Amino acid sequence: MNNSKWYKKGIIDGIPIALGYFAVSFTLGIVAAKAGLTAFQALIATGLTNASAGGYAGFEIIAEGGGYIAMAVSQLIVNARYLLMSASLSQKLAPDTSVLNRALVAFDVTDEIFGISIAVNGRLNPFYNYGAMTVAIPGWALGAFFGVIMGDILPGSLVSALSVGLYGMFLAIIIPPARKNRVIAFLVTVSMILSFAFSKLPLLSEISSGVRVIILTVAISFAAAILFPIEEEADE
Amino acid sequence: MNNIYVYIFIMFAVTYLIRLLPLTLIRKKITNKTLRSFLFYVPYVTLSVMTFPAILEATNSFWSGLLALVSGIALAYFGVSLFGVAVCSCAVVFITELIIKYI
Repeated sequence: MNNSKWYKKGIIDGIPIALGYFAVSFTLGIVAAKAGLTAFQALIATGLTNASAGGYAGFEIIAEGGGYIAMAVSQLIVNARYLLMSASLSQKLAPDTSVLNRALVAFDVTDEIFGISIAVNGRLNPFYNYGAMTVAIPGWALGAFFGVIMGDILPGSLVSALSVGLYGMFLAIIIPPARKNRVIAFLVTVSMILSFAFSKLPLLSEISSGVRVIILTVAISFAAAILFPIEEEADE
Repeated sequence: MNNIYVYIFIMFAVTYLIRLLPLTLIRKKITNKTLRSFLFYVPYVTLSVMTFPAILEATNSFWSGLLALVSGIALAYFGVSLFGVAVCSCAVVFITELIIKYI
C-alpha cells in the first residue's frame, strides 16, 4: 500500500474515534469552563494536548490556581502511559523512519490511536496515523470548544448528566483489563479506596486534588512495580 | 493569578515531550523491569484515582453519580465500547435525576 492508501485507511479507522472524542471532549469542555477557560482557550488546550486524563488534571489545577510546577508534574504523571506507548510505537515504525515523521506521529499518541496503530499488520506507515489524526484532532478540540459554549446554554440537568461522560470513558479504559488481570483489578480497588480516604480524612483532605492524583499514582504504581513486576512483554 | 496561556503551554510542552522523546530517541525495548512495570500500572492507578470519589461529586445528586459509577463499571465489564459507556453513564444520570425530581 502506498502513502495515500494508508492515509485514507487512517481516516476511515479514525472516524469512530473522532465521534467518540467529540462526545467525551464535550464533557471536558464543561470542566474547562468551570476552571475559567474560554472556548478558544479550551480549543487550543485540547487541540495541542489530545489527552483526556491530562486535560482533566490540567483544568483541575487551573481551577485551583495551582503552581506551574504542579501543572508540569501532573501532566508528566498523568500522561506517563504515553511514554510506554510511544516507546512501543517506536518499535512498530520502520527503523529508517525520519525524525520528522516520528515527531508528527508523536503529536497524537492517545489510548485509541495507539490501539489502532499497534493493530496494523506489519510495519506502521506514519500516513496511517496522519489519516486518523486528520479526523481525531478536530473531533477532540471541537468537542471541548462546544462544551464550553453549550455548557452555559444547556439546562442544569443535561450539564449534570454530561459531566460523567469523561468518567464513563475512564471506566471503559480500566475495567476490561481489570477483568482479565487480577493485579490490575486489585490496584483499581486499592486506588479508589485510598483516593476516597485522602479526600475525606482530616489533614489528608487538605491536599489539593491535583497533587493527590500525583502522590497516589506514583506511590501505588511504584509499590505495584516492586510487588508485582511484569515478567514478560506487557505491550498491548 | 497565573496566566492561562502559560498553563496551556506547559500542558502542551510536557505532554508532547513525553510522546516525542521515546519515539525519536528510544529504538530498543525498555529492559528495566521495575520501570516497565511502573509504566504499565500507571494508567490504571491514575484513572482510578481521578474517577473515584470525583464521580460522586460531579453531578447534581450523589445518587445519580453513584448509579453512573455502578452502571459504568458493569457496562465496561461486559465489553461495551468506550463511547457506549460514556453515553450510557450520561443517560443514567439524566434519568436518575429526572426520577428524583418527581419522587
